[in-house]
Amino acid sequence: MLSIKNLHASIEGTEILRGINLEVKAGEVHAIMGPNGSGKSTLASVLAGREEYEVTDGEVIFKGKNLLDLAPEVRAREGVFLAFQYPVEIPGVSSTNFLRTAVNQVREYRGLEALDAVKFLTLMKEKMKLVEIDQKLLSRSLNEGFSGGEKKRNEIFQMAMLDPTLSILDETDSGLDIDALRIVSNGVNQLKSDKNATIVVTHYQRLLDYIVPDYVHVLFKGRIVKSGTKDLALELEEKGYDWIKEEVDSAATV
Amino acid sequence: MSTLTKQDTFIGLLDTAPNNFSAARTLAKESYLSQGIPVAKAEEYKFSNIGKKLEQNISNVAPAQPFEVTSEMVHSSIFAGYEGDLLVFSNGKFLPQLSSKIEGVEVSLISEKNDLAIGSIAKPEKDAFAAINQASFEDGLFISVPKKAQIERPILLLSFNQANGGQVIQPRFWIEAGDFAEVTFIDQSISLGDNSYFVNKVIELKGGVNTHLKYYRLQNESKSAIEVSNIETDVQKDARFTSVNISLSGDLVRNNLSLNLLGSNSEGNMYGIYLLNGKSHVDNHTNVDHTIPHAESNELYKGILADQSRGVFNGKIFVRQDAQKTNAFQQNNNILLSEDAIINTKPQLEIWADDVKCSHGCTVGQLDEEALFYLQARGIDKTQAKGLLLYAFAGEVLEKIEEESFRVYCDTLIQERLGSKF
Ligand SMILES: Nc1ncnc2c1ncn2[C@@H]1O[C@H](COP(=O)(O)OP(=O)(O)O)[C@@H](O)[C@H]1O
Ligand SMILES: [Mg+2]
Repeated sequence: MLSIKNLHASIEGTEILRGINLEVKAGEVHAIMGPNGSGKSTLASVLAGREEYEVTDGEVIFKGKNLLDLAPEVRAREGVFLAFQYPVEIPGVSSTNFLRTAVNQVREYRGLEALDAVKFLTLMKEKMKLVEIDQKLLSRSLNEGFSGGEKKRNEIFQMAMLDPTLSILDETDSGLDIDALRIVSNGVNQLKSDKNATIVVTHYQRLLDYIVPDYVHVLFKGRIVKSGTKDLALELEEKGYDWIKEEVDSAATV
Repeated sequence: MSTLTKQDTFIGLLDTAPNNFSAARTLAKESYLSQGIPVAKAEEYKFSNIGKKLEQNISNVAPAQPFEVTSEMVHSSIFAGYEGDLLVFSNGKFLPQLSSKIEGVEVSLISEKNDLAIGSIAKPEKDAFAAINQASFEDGLFISVPKKAQIERPILLLSFNQANGGQVIQPRFWIEAGDFAEVTFIDQSISLGDNSYFVNKVIELKGGVNTHLKYYRLQNESKSAIEVSNIETDVQKDARFTSVNISLSGDLVRNNLSLNLLGSNSEGNMYGIYLLNGKSHVDNHTNVDHTIPHAESNELYKGILADQSRGVFNGKIFVRQDAQKTNAFQQNNNILLSEDAIINTKPQLEIWADDVKCSHGCTVGQLDEEALFYLQARGIDKTQAKGLLLYAFAGEVLEKIEEESFRVYCDTLIQERLGSKF
């Protein structure tokens, strides 16, 4: 489904991603871990099409298409979904109007008919249950005045509404208490199928108790320096990232 | 010198004046002669060189004659859903046969009110154009809402403007409301044809204690319309005045809006949107004078400027020494959508009292890129995402319009503009 080869990206002349390789198949869950500042959010943003980042080398093929050639909205319609690490507050744009516009533009692209107000509301009610989000929140402006946890839940709710094939969850767990974490993970797990895939970006192992990954990758200084199974996450939990840093540094000096 | 020539030409206009209100007219004429037409050097018109604009476009400084307006024209011009009364004008001349008989409100020509204190609110010495109007207006409309009258239906002032030789249209209004009266005006002008004309308008509003006056205006005239307006009101004890001004088009538009807060617990609200493209130039000069303690003023103007359009905002808040416990808020936010668009924004606070709460701020920026990306990342087309964000930006002002049909109308015009043009 997704094939990333030798991806290099920089911002304002500084190279942040320095040769990422990653293969993701339908039905899989990949976790990307790594210390702060290693480039996890950069990778997520580049995949979603954020223009500030300049891709200097490499390619990304998504469902046979060259992802990097597509505008962000086209990527979304193709099925890429990014749950933002820091969802943006947009005063004056109502959550409901926004979602309806988004859902219908995505549906139109996928050859599905637009949802009328009634059908849209039915879909919303159904998906709201998934992440136990309060209707009151959705009558407000998009993310405005939402707590951290509410914003993260809203991200997963939007994901449920847009029915993506590749979901990238950027630190969706940070700042959540156990209850919220359980709700959010539960939502993600219910949306999982053998036709879609999930990339979970986190620097805590805790989330992976709830969303169990097939593969765990460690991103460090813009490269994937280690890959393994969920046991790797446990090892990182126990030993921290220092041993990885040392391994990388000693490899570099050899 | 060309400016002198222009001044002479306006003197020609002054000489066409009727004989009534001779004291007020003479005073205004003298005032005009000592001020002259503002040119680039005039501080108050620094960013809006109206003198030059008039010289280039107004070939014939003579009163524009009224033309025929049919009831079909009126009906097709009234916005959808409007249920209210109607006063119709052709080049500033009142057309009673096309206008409503408004229940409970006195409407007559200014020429029928010989003892009216013309110019006692919008004083000619404050602005050259107010002076020109006062010296030379043909006639105008007197509207009086009696004490305690609650006029539920809004009153739409619908003006049709057209001048084939680039002439001058000088509407003038005297609006008064007795104590406790409530009334809403909607002021809308329709351009017929694309020829230049110059509207020089004056509205004086005199409210009693505890009155609630609302004045909503939509400026969506042709791209060659030149307009200067002087709107001034006295706000008495416990009274509230609210103005919402939506500017969407015009060649050069200058709005002078002045509120004199004269009684305690009075409230003055000034809101505005200027959403411009092409070469439209809109200048809002507002002035609120806090003369007494315990009064409040609120001001919010928002600008969206595309292409080579230009916006000017100048908000003066004057708090006199006696005006303790004043609350005065002012905000002006702008989004520039093109490198060629210009905004000149200036808050002007003069505060002589020491126990006051005043805040002001102005911002000039581009669209929020993070918000734009967020919307796109959910599948929303970039143009539409921009439209959503700009509409949200303008929405804060739009919601100040309490008359629903008019709000929906402005809303539709703004959405159309944002969807197509930006
Ligand atoms: N907009 C930006 N401008 C400059 N540097 C940035 C920007 N965004 C990220 N970086 C830098 O890129 C590196 C990787 O950041 P990021 O991808 O956010 O890391 P992570 O998500 O793994 O914590 C950091 O060193 C960060 O300072
Ligand atoms: Mg990050």
